[in-house]
Amino acid sequence: MLSTYTYPEYAYQASAEQRSGRPQPHAVVIVGAGPIGLTAALDLASRGLSCVVIDDNNTVSLGSRGLCYAKRPLEIFDRLGVVEPMLAKGVRWQVGKAFFRDELTYQFDLLPEQHHKLPAMINLQQYYLEQYLVEACQRTPGIDLRWKHRLVGLEQDDEGVRLDVETPDGRFTMHSAWALACDGASSDTRRLVGADFTGQFFQDRFLIADVAMKAEFPTERWFWFDPPFHGGQSVLLHKQADNCWRIDFQLGWDADPVEEKKPERVIPRIQAMLGPDARFDLEWVSVYQFACRRMERFRVGRVIFAGDSAHQVSPFGARGANTGIQDVDNLAWKLALVHQGTAPMALVDSYDAERTVAADDNLRHSTRSTDFITPKSRGSRLYRDAVLELAKTEPFARPLVNSGRLSTPTPYAASPLNTPDRSAFAGAMRPGTACADAPLLVGTRPGWLLDHLGHGFALLCFGALPAQAVAALQGAAVPIRPLVIGHDLHDHQGVLAQRYDAQPGTCYLIRPDQHVAARWRSFDAPAVHAALRRALALPAEN
Amino acid sequence: MPLHREPRLADPDGFYEVLINSQRDLSDDGAALMNAKLVLILANHIGDRAVLDEALALARPASAAAASASATSAPT
Repeated sequence: MLSTYTYPEYAYQASAEQRSGRPQPHAVVIVGAGPIGLTAALDLASRGLSCVVIDDNNTVSLGSRGLCYAKRPLEIFDRLGVVEPMLAKGVRWQVGKAFFRDELTYQFDLLPEQHHKLPAMINLQQYYLEQYLVEACQRTPGIDLRWKHRLVGLEQDDEGVRLDVETPDGRFTMHSAWALACDGASSDTRRLVGADFTGQFFQDRFLIADVAMKAEFPTERWFWFDPPFHGGQSVLLHKQADNCWRIDFQLGWDADPVEEKKPERVIPRIQAMLGPDARFDLEWVSVYQFACRRMERFRVGRVIFAGDSAHQVSPFGARGANTGIQDVDNLAWKLALVHQGTAPMALVDSYDAERTVAADDNLRHSTRSTDFITPKSRGSRLYRDAVLELAKTEPFARPLVNSGRLSTPTPYAASPLNTPDRSAFAGAMRPGTACADAPLLVGTRPGWLLDHLGHGFALLCFGALPAQAVAALQGAAVPIRPLVIGHDLHDHQGVLAQRYDAQPGTCYLIRPDQHVAARWRSFDAPAVHAALRRALALPAEN
Repeated sequence: MPLHREPRLADPDGFYEVLINSQRDLSDDGAALMNAKLVLILANHIGDRAVLDEALALARPASAAAASASATSAPT
């Protein structure tokens, strides 16, 4: 029981198909109503694909788990219409402090890049995030949330998946064209399909404590390397909503999790880190262990894995939920088009190609952070300590301090869906990159680019598009919506043109997940059609 | 620009003396920490990854296996 939050309880209901014993054909069954499964349901429903979400529990995430949500996942939540309560409840922070032993090494101001609708990150307890997602799912037609449904068996063939599910009313079988496994690190689905993780880079344990402060405390992120109150390890302090602070104590793999969790051991440590005057209540303590690893392939037949069921990383850098949400952002439009028969199975396979690269990127960042935070040899400890000592006075050393890097989207630089550039472009918006937002005027009202890209393919054109060009977009494999800067929208501050290295005539083909598929210096109808087919994994037309 | 491998120090004996003297009163750990700082300070001054990569390869014992940027063989 928390003093700052009351867990909602969602009602179990026996489904008509279980009562009648006649299975209904489903398009997608999502296993797991966590942040990833719920986001997947909203994204699929927004694309007209109805789905059933099953979860073995009947409430939100218990205790302290996911914490930081970065800009790109927030943009995805915004596309799905659920970001507002998250922003309203979430905490934004600017000042970070790094301590080495008993001294402040340096402090920094997070100065996020200007001209974005959404913040660089917010801190929000996972139970709030899930509650807002559940509430959105409940009001969305096409989403069937089923609580107290536990997956106990799974079989599949080329046509679909049969899921054996246990509820308070016994067992029954569900039939679905696809199953989406969003059931976390210890995924039952992964076990049932006989897949496993490959590569196990390192493991560690963390003690997670939430404390409710009884007085004001600064809204800052504090990170300690080798502090006197927790020698040899690291500690992170973050503010969450409701004046509830999250503390991550790194324990190391050899620590005794039962002993470390005892309040008589935890409370003096927290008092030592917060100072003798801080007054607080312990809300939650748990021990979390992880390994850095991923599945070799994220699709096993008609079962697709997303989030922690597919890959796990260290908590430093907030890469767990953030990358899982980007998994389903990548998958939902592809699954919808393949299920409709518009695109071939190869489009779903591009999910694997693109998101395994992102998982590897996360694992690489996580490994680098861990090697800095927990040096594995005397030599690497000397360099780490040298960096931290130099950082006190030398600005050059500060970028080397790695207490976890902010999660940013991994560009799908080598994706088979990309059309390589034919002309020179500067800047970051290469094919495969998540579209950067920019402020615009819609008529005379201020707006944002990402709000206008829509749910389908868009052709972002800088400068007038000739009438015959619009006509040439008709009859495309799927609809392409032209969006003309200077006509539909106005780049009044020039930020959009700068971020996209745009000149008059420049066109970008944007995917339904707001990633760049292709770009040109001038409109070319056959090239646009060819790039669209490529982005749909359709064979080229002769 | 490739790594300079020709002599460039105007007063080699003088520099070597300063280098040794700079660690005269230090413990082994203190000297090792100072060396680590020195590497970081000079690396930043050089600021050229290609040159630094060349220097790393030159300094690494020839008997050691080639270092891999993606080595992730931490203990479990």
